[in-house]
Amino acid sequence: MKARVTITLKNGVLDPQGKAIHHALEGLGFNGVNDVRAGKMIELDLADGTSDAEIEDMCRKLLANTVIENFRIERA
Amino acid sequence: MKTAVIVFPGSNCDRDLAVAFEQATGQKPHMIWHRETSLPDGIDLIGVPGGFSYGDYLRSGAMAAQSPVMRAVSDAAAQGRYVIGICNGFQVLTESGLLPGALMRNAGISFVCRDVRLTVDNSQSAFTNLYEKGEEILVPVAHHDGNYFADAETLDRLEGEGRVAFRYAEAVNGSARNIAGVLNEGGNVLGMMPHPERRSEPAHGGLDGKRLFDALASA
Repeated sequence: MKARVTITLKNGVLDPQGKAIHHALEGLGFNGVNDVRAGKMIELDLADGTSDAEIEDMCRKLLANTVIENFRIERA
Repeated sequence: MKTAVIVFPGSNCDRDLAVAFEQATGQKPHMIWHRETSLPDGIDLIGVPGGFSYGDYLRSGAMAAQSPVMRAVSDAAAQGRYVIGICNGFQVLTESGLLPGALMRNAGISFVCRDVRLTVDNSQSAFTNLYEKGEEILVPVAHHDGNYFADAETLDRLEGEGRVAFRYAEAVNGSARNIAGVLNEGGNVLGMMPHPERRSEPAHGGLDGKRLFDALASA
């Protein structure tokens, strides 16, 4: 069983990496980009029966820093 | 005073910090590998050094914060022992929840490695009582993730309680309210991005960092 955790910076938290990507896209002539936010994706291969609560616990304890980041869990 | 320096895979300021501790206290610190689950008896001061623990995987300090030794460090902090986290050590302390906030990628994206001017905001703590309030000191920084972030409520509380130890006196990394170092509620845990251990003997070009270790040695 696989789950995919997407981690993004919270709204209002400055994302310098996203800004740099945005500038680079503009430099390439892509002018229709309003904003860029960079995040990360972590794929977990889990034992069958792993509960949503357990995955959420993994996110809170390690995978995301909830001071600055949000996470979203999707089961594949 | 008995001291200890924590060593993670990827720490690279552990020996510099050990020298600074030894010069201030006259005793060699215990070097504690991250796998240890306890600290030697009677440790008064613990240093969490700079470096790139666990290659900065996931987030700077995130893996080190979960290492066995950090439980012992948290227990020691709860008992009122002094803990100082410098640079990556500061990141480890925020990731372990011993200090509030988080250290994000520098606002200018670049790694910043140079001497910076700091102002001493709190000169009452066990770490800073040999400085004058408002005094400007010169201490090197070397980091990629030093941009201090906390929500406005937390920042107000830190300022209201005098828990901002140092601020940058110039633009460095985009830190909220120019915060360079913060204290915990009990005043026995300090985290700071600048490296006082790199400015603590004449060959370093100055002694501005030395007073921090001297203050601790007499705490």
